[in-house]
Amino acid sequence: MQHLTFDGLQTRPGQVWGGIRLVPLVRDEPITSLRLHPNGFSEEPARGYEPRCCYSPHGLVAEWTDDGTAVPALGTALCMPAKTVRKSLRPKTKLERRTRVHFVPHQTALEAFIPLTFKRPAIAWKAWSTRAFRVPPPAQERPYAGYHVEGLADALRIFEIHHGQCGVLLYVADALAAAVVTPHPDDYRALHPTLVEDAFGELIWRYANLHGDVPDSRVHLDASSIDTIADLRAAIDAARREWTDFHDGVMAAGLLDADYVFTAEYQMERYTLQRFRPRFEPGRETHVGEAITADDGRLAYLRTFRLSEAQARRGRLLQALAENDWNLEATAATMGIVVPALAARLHTAGYGHLLRDDHLAHHLAANRKGTR
Amino acid sequence: MELVADRTAAEDVLLFVNAAIASTGQREFHSDADAQQWSMEFLHEYMLVNYRDLYAATLTLGVNDRNAAAIIMRLLQTGRDASVAQRAVEGRLIAKSLAEMPTNRVYHLFTALRKARVNNRRTRAIIREWLVNRPDPAFEAVKYRSAFQGAVRHAHLKVDDLPAGEMDAFLFGRQAAGRFATPLFESWRRAHFDRRAVFELPYTVAEGFATKHRIKRADFLEQIAPQLTRGERLRLQRSAARIGAAHLVADVADLSRMPLTRLAAYVLALTVEEREERRLELTDALRAAALRVAGLRAGTWGRVAAVLDDSFSASGSSEKRRRPLVVALAAHFLLRELATDYRPLWLSGGDDPLMVRARGVTSLGERILDGLETRPDLLVVVSDGWDNAPVGMAAEVLRVWEERLDPEGRTAVAHLNPVFDAAGLEVRRLSPTTPTVGIRDAEDLPELVAFARFATGRTGLAELRAHIEARVARRLTEETPCST
Repeated sequence: MQHLTFDGLQTRPGQVWGGIRLVPLVRDEPITSLRLHPNGFSEEPARGYEPRCCYSPHGLVAEWTDDGTAVPALGTALCMPAKTVRKSLRPKTKLERRTRVHFVPHQTALEAFIPLTFKRPAIAWKAWSTRAFRVPPPAQERPYAGYHVEGLADALRIFEIHHGQCGVLLYVADALAAAVVTPHPDDYRALHPTLVEDAFGELIWRYANLHGDVPDSRVHLDASSIDTIADLRAAIDAARREWTDFHDGVMAAGLLDADYVFTAEYQMERYTLQRFRPRFEPGRETHVGEAITADDGRLAYLRTFRLSEAQARRGRLLQALAENDWNLEATAATMGIVVPALAARLHTAGYGHLLRDDHLAHHLAANRKGTR
Repeated sequence: MELVADRTAAEDVLLFVNAAIASTGQREFHSDADAQQWSMEFLHEYMLVNYRDLYAATLTLGVNDRNAAAIIMRLLQTGRDASVAQRAVEGRLIAKSLAEMPTNRVYHLFTALRKARVNNRRTRAIIREWLVNRPDPAFEAVKYRSAFQGAVRHAHLKVDDLPAGEMDAFLFGRQAAGRFATPLFESWRRAHFDRRAVFELPYTVAEGFATKHRIKRADFLEQIAPQLTRGERLRLQRSAARIGAAHLVADVADLSRMPLTRLAAYVLALTVEEREERRLELTDALRAAALRVAGLRAGTWGRVAAVLDDSFSASGSSEKRRRPLVVALAAHFLLRELATDYRPLWLSGGDDPLMVRARGVTSLGERILDGLETRPDLLVVVSDGWDNAPVGMAAEVLRVWEERLDPEGRTAVAHLNPVFDAAGLEVRRLSPTTPTVGIRDAEDLPELVAFARFATGRTGLAELRAHIEARVARRLTEETPCST
């Protein structure tokens, strides 16, 4: 159980366009030994297999060095040896250590990794597994591409990137929609336009369409206490600090104050790639995402996705099930409901197929009778 | 009540003048072309209905050519609503403005009048007057043939009144005419079948014939070079280099006679390496151009500080590339000549004006304070007014400065804004008490700074009206006005 922190990152005044607010994060000292590139496909022709045309929709490449020296910017280094996947049929790379990984595209990551974080039922039911292969996964809310979020494309176009900016917090109707942090300002500059290709939950799409403009957070200086230019400068600094405190303490509280379950996924020398999910407490913002942290605790990379209410409810259900080893009685007991009610919830959440048909029908009938 | 109405009127007029100077109906960084045009149309209509005489008088206040044409168009469309005295002044103002407007704009206006079916007696008289007084009608008849022909028809003009011969045959009876005695007409006639004659025509006309004769672009540019105007030559340099018309490229643009703002735009369009290579030449040219604009006023402005906006929004749009940055750069060189002691403050913190790039945030507040710190006589801010790091800091700094640190107002502050904000229907202000004026070309900067005293919103209509009327009177007596 951990928190996310923005250590080493400073919040700067946000820029507003319509209902979108973009709050820049500036790094005191850029991280040079880990870099992200928008796409690294073309640089890696493997032996016997040279991709003529590759499409990697919004997949990033992280690249690091063993000894902490700076990674050259993309396109300036000599061609690096290719990556190989374990058990892959492709020939093995000659390099002993790999210094590059490819992220799965945002959309795929959402679909693939969120279910992975919950433990599968420990008992392998044959019937279930055949069915799981045959039947498509439960219907999910469709994530919306950034293009469809009203005003986002324009807001990104006119956003003025700060000197040394390494991240951004994206608010739609002042609800935190996503957070992005990169190791180096150049990476951010390259990735900034791709934010519009990110996926956003239905909640955010709805907010963007329904809410009007958000107010500018205008500064106000107290003139009565200012007598010299030094006073005025001090007042300007104070106003800046005030905004930073307000933002980190109030606006980003939903992201920073929440407890997260981190699962370490990949080690790259000093850096660890982790995925995190919240505790799914009712009535709180739920952000899931990926983060790369350095061994000194600095956040090198962060990308979050805000789940909508329905998704959070489903997450809560899956979590309760996973904690109780997929035992219905025990789960119902911890949630304080009876088994038929739990079965009904599973059914409405789209996980009805996890139960045997006759059991499900029995529970649903019992639930109907109980509620009547 | 009188006072409130007066102040509103003064504000309206200023708002319109500022907008009409800055907006060209093209896309800007924050708003698209449609929004710009829609907003400007609304302002024109509003002014015309409410303050007709002042609306006509704004023609003397340096509004840009596009808006001048729009004003003329509206005045001619609604002549019926004007009194006899108003019509007399309007007619003279229009004739005066048309005489100063670029030729292509005037023909564009005439075509628009024809399409809008504005054909009252006054319109016809104005068109006739203008056409008869052209110095070289034969050239214009060739270069703007269809617009010229349309204007002649529209104004019911007797072609024989024009000071060039064979006009009737050229415009209306080409098939029957045979050979022309006028050389340009004859070249034009031959260009229909003879490739050699194409290169005796003006560039824009020749371009059409070149396509017809399938002349290769490189050959065409090589041979048309003597016919090019200065602007065309400059514009074609890079594309000529690309397709290998060496002759035209070798003919390096003459920077010494270029106007300041145009020159600044040319400099900023060059790559950083080229700017570095030609640093001395470019700086000298910019300084010379600024000195020409400053003229006798050079070194008379005392201590001046300037806050110049090179944030990302100064990159303009695809239609107005880097325009705000161009204006800032030109203003930098002009203020340098005007002031005895000059301090430039770029928002990015850079100190090499030739290498400016539109990048980073608009943190005006702190830069303005840096400028005010040395207590100069005048602080000029050239910015689009989108103060965003944080929002409203510039307004607060200026307010506190005026209230607490400089209550006597020894430092004058003027904000020049090259961008019209379509959504707000005005050029964006920095603070309510700071005068903001629109700017299109840096050459107008001295007049605009003088005009800025009206733009605080504290002067009444009477004062403003007196100023405008003085401008009108001066303008009309400059030369013998045309009778309408």
